[in-house]
Amino acid sequence: MPLERHADILIVGGGPAGIAAAWGASRGGGSLLLVDENPSLGGQIWRGEASKDQGHRQRPAGAWLRKVAATNLEFLAGARVFASPGPGALWAETADDRVTLTYNRLILTPGARERLLPFPGWTLPNVMAAGGLQALVKSGLPIHGRSVVVAGSGPLLLAVAAYLRGQGAQVRLIAEQAPQTRLVGFGLGLITSPAKLAQAMALKKALAGVPHRFGCWPVAAQGEGRLASVTLSNGRTTWTEPCDYLACGFGLVPNTELPRLLGCEVTRGVAVVDEWQQTTTEGIYGAGEVTGIGGVECSLVEGEIAGLAASGKFDEAQRLFPARDQARAFASRLERAFALRDELRNLPQPATIVCRCEDVTFAQLNLFHTSREAKLQTRCGMGPCQGRICVPAVAFLKQWPPDSIRPPILPTRMENLVETIPTTTSVTSTPA
Amino acid sequence: MNPTAFDVVIAGAGIVGAACAREFALAGLRVAVVEPSAIGGGATAAGMGHVVVMDDSDAQFALTRYSQTLWDELVPELPPEAQYYPCGTLWVAVDDEEMHEVRRKQEYYASRGVAVEVLDARGVAEAEPNLRPGLAGGLRVPGDSVVYPPCVARSLLEQAKAKGAVLFEKVSVSYLGGQRVGLDDGRWLSASLTVNATGTWAPSLTPGWEVRKRKGHLVITDRYPGFVRHQLVELGYLKSAHAINVDSVAFNVQPRPNGQVLVGSSRQYGAEDPAVEPVILGRMVERALEYLPKLAKLAAIRSWTGFRAATPDKLPLVGPCPGHDGLHLATGHEGLGITTSLGTAKLLVDQVLNRAPAIPWEPYLPSRAGTGVVHA
Amino acid sequence: MPERVALQINGRTIEVAAGTTVAAALAIMGIPVSRRSVTGEPRGPVCGMGVCFECRVTIDGVPHRLGCLTHCTSGMEVRTDAP
Repeated sequence: MPLERHADILIVGGGPAGIAAAWGASRGGGSLLLVDENPSLGGQIWRGEASKDQGHRQRPAGAWLRKVAATNLEFLAGARVFASPGPGALWAETADDRVTLTYNRLILTPGARERLLPFPGWTLPNVMAAGGLQALVKSGLPIHGRSVVVAGSGPLLLAVAAYLRGQGAQVRLIAEQAPQTRLVGFGLGLITSPAKLAQAMALKKALAGVPHRFGCWPVAAQGEGRLASVTLSNGRTTWTEPCDYLACGFGLVPNTELPRLLGCEVTRGVAVVDEWQQTTTEGIYGAGEVTGIGGVECSLVEGEIAGLAASGKFDEAQRLFPARDQARAFASRLERAFALRDELRNLPQPATIVCRCEDVTFAQLNLFHTSREAKLQTRCGMGPCQGRICVPAVAFLKQWPPDSIRPPILPTRMENLVETIPTTTSVTSTPA
Repeated sequence: MNPTAFDVVIAGAGIVGAACAREFALAGLRVAVVEPSAIGGGATAAGMGHVVVMDDSDAQFALTRYSQTLWDELVPELPPEAQYYPCGTLWVAVDDEEMHEVRRKQEYYASRGVAVEVLDARGVAEAEPNLRPGLAGGLRVPGDSVVYPPCVARSLLEQAKAKGAVLFEKVSVSYLGGQRVGLDDGRWLSASLTVNATGTWAPSLTPGWEVRKRKGHLVITDRYPGFVRHQLVELGYLKSAHAINVDSVAFNVQPRPNGQVLVGSSRQYGAEDPAVEPVILGRMVERALEYLPKLAKLAAIRSWTGFRAATPDKLPLVGPCPGHDGLHLATGHEGLGITTSLGTAKLLVDQVLNRAPAIPWEPYLPSRAGTGVVHA
Repeated sequence: MPERVALQINGRTIEVAAGTTVAAALAIMGIPVSRRSVTGEPRGPVCGMGVCFECRVTIDGVPHRLGCLTHCTSGMEVRTDAP
C-alpha cells in the first residue's frame, strides 16, 4: 500500500458525520480522502451497512452511502491515526505499515465511545458495552437464543435491544436509569419531529413485549469466570436477572483525543467549533459527536456543513444552518432527558476495579485527593486504553479532569514513532 | 506546640525532599514539608527510576555508590507499589574502543568494591537475547536496580510523617528564607533551617544558582515480560564530542517488573516547553532500535517528558547556601536524582548535626567553585 | 473472497464466515476470555470498537493485537491468555 497519501481534504472517521462531510466536500472538486479503522464506511451506528446490497441497507444509511459512492472520495480502510509528525500531516497505523497522510484541510469526525461505569462484577467476561455487544454481534458473535439484559442510559439502548432481538437474542429487560417522568417529557418533544416520531414508533414495534423499565440500574454482576446474572435496583428494591450477556453503557463520550493532539480547543469534553464547523485551529474542522453528542441527524448536517465550508461552499453551507439548529435543539433535549443520576456514583464498592488496564480499585483511588496524585501513585489511566475507559468514569465519580494529551494517541508499534524529516536541530548520540 | 514552628522546613516533596524529610525526622527533628502539587510529581515522576553507580567523576561515583548502600538498607521498608526490581545494568559496547572503556570501568568499579562482570560478545548475547547481533560485549553491574519513584517518594514521606513530620500540601512556598518560610496562602512557618528541594524550580526560590532544565523524553510499551532482563545503556558517548549545547539521544532501556519496557533517553538544552516533540522522540526510538531491533514491533502506549535539574559541573548542590544563614540547597541532581536522593539526605543531615559523614561532602557543597553562582 | 475462513484458536481449528472478527470467533468457539488482567482476572471484549483493549490476544505470534478490530484470515493462529 502507498505509505504516503495526500488530499486537498482529509476526513478522519467514517461514520455518519464523516460520510456527510465527504458528500459536502465533494461539491468543491478537490481531492478527497477518508480514513477509518474499520474495513468499510459506517462508523459505529451504521456498521455493516456498506457491505449490504443497497436494497437491504437501513435508511438513511443507504441513501448517504450511495451518494458518497458517486463522488471522488477515496477511502483508506483499516487505518488508525495515532500522531502528527508536523503541521498538515497525520500518521496512521495499519496492520503492517504506517501511512503518512498530508492535507490542505482536515475534517475530524472521530465520533464517540460509550461511557462505562464501574460496579461490582462489571469486569466479568460477557459484560459488554451496549453498542459493544451490537458491534461484536455484527462482527460474527452468535447471539441467537442467548439471553441479554440491556442497561445503562440513552437512546442507544433501544437501538441495541431492537437489533439484538432481531438477531434472535432473548432480550430479558431494557433498564434505563433515567426516570420515566423525564423521558415522558422527552417523548412529547418527539412530536415536533415527525421523522423522530416515526423512528420511535418503529422501535416500539420492534421491542413489543420486551420489558422496559425506567429509573433502574445495574448494581452488581455475578458469575464464575463469565457473566451468569445481573442484579438491578430502582433505589427501593433490588432483583436479579439471569442472563448470558449484559449490554451496558451510560451515554456517549466524544473522542476528543485527535483534536486535542492537534491543539484544537476542547472544552467540557467537546471540540469547540464555529458556525462553519471550524475548530480553533485554522483549516481543521470538526463535526458530529466530537463537537457534542447529538445523534445521527446532528452528525449528518454538521458533517455536510463542515465539508461544504472546508471546500469553500459557504452559501450552501449556510443554507443548512436551520436544519442544524433544529438537530441541535433535539440533541440538547436528549442530553437533559438522559442525564446520569447521582445514585450511579455509589455503584463502585471499595474492591471494584475502576482502571481495567492496571486493575486499580476504587479504594486505591480514594486514598488520593487529586487526579494527578492518584494517577502517579496507582498508575490508573497509564495502560494501553490511555484512560479512554477509566477517565470518563472517574470524571463522573469524582469530577477529576483528564491528563494532558501526548502522542501516540493510540498504542502503535515503536517503529512507527521514528521519523526522518529535515530539522535545524543537530542531534547526536551521547550518554544519559 | 506552635503548629507553624519547626526545626526544618523543606520546600518540595519530590524524592529528594521526601528523603530529606525522612532523614531529618529519623534524627528526631521536627520537620515540615511544603508541596503544592502531587508528591513525587516533578522530575521524580518523569524519570527512569534507576538506582545506579555512575563514574563520570570520582565525586559522582562516591555519591551514587554510597547511595546504593542506603538503598539496600531501605528496600525492606518499601511497599510493593515501589516496584523495586534488582535487574542490574548492562553497559553495551559496540566495538573495541568501547570494550576498552568496559575494561576501564571494570577496573574502576572493582577496585572500589562494586561487583562487576565483563561480558564478551557471546556473553552479552546470552545475557540479553534481544540485543542485535554483532555487539562487542559489555559490563554487567548486578547491584544496580530500578524502582517506581512516585511511590518511593510517598513511602519516604509516610515514614517521615510516622516520626512526626507535617506535610503542608496544595500550597506553595512564596518566600524561602533561612529561618522563615512564607506560603502562598499567607501563612508563615519558622525554622532553624530550611531546605530548597524543588528541583528545576529551585532558582525561582533561591535566585542566582545555575540550575537549568534539561528536558528528557520517555516512551513505554505494553507488557512483554522477559523482553529485556537488565537495564541497558550504551557506551557510545566516547565517539561523539562531549556535547554541551546540542540536543542528544542515547540508548537506555529498562525493564519494569510488570513487563513493560521503558525507553529513554534524551537531553535537550534550553527547551522549556513540556510538549512531546515527535522529532526528538523519533530519534530516541531510532537509537534504541539500533541496539534492540525487535523493539520495533512492540506496542508503544505512552510518551511523556520531564525536566532534570542540571548544574554546570554535573554534581548536585547539597549543603548550606552561602550568604543565607539557615538556608540549604538539595537540588541539581540531573539524571541521578533517584539514586542519590538517599545519599543527599544523609549528607545534609550529617552537615546540620555535625556528624561525620560516610563520604566527604565537599564536592557537593553549594559553596564549591564552578557552580555558576551569581553573587548578589 | 472466500465465504468461509479456517483459523486456529488455542490450537483448535475453527471455520468462520468471512468478515468475522477474531473477537467474535472466540465467542463462536465458546471462549469468553480473551486475556487475563494484570492481577489475573478473566476478561473478554467489552467495547467492540478498539477502545478498551480488553480483547487483546496473540495473533500469529504477535501479542496485544485487538481481536475486535482484526478480521479472521485463513491460517491465522490465535492464542488467548490461559483460561
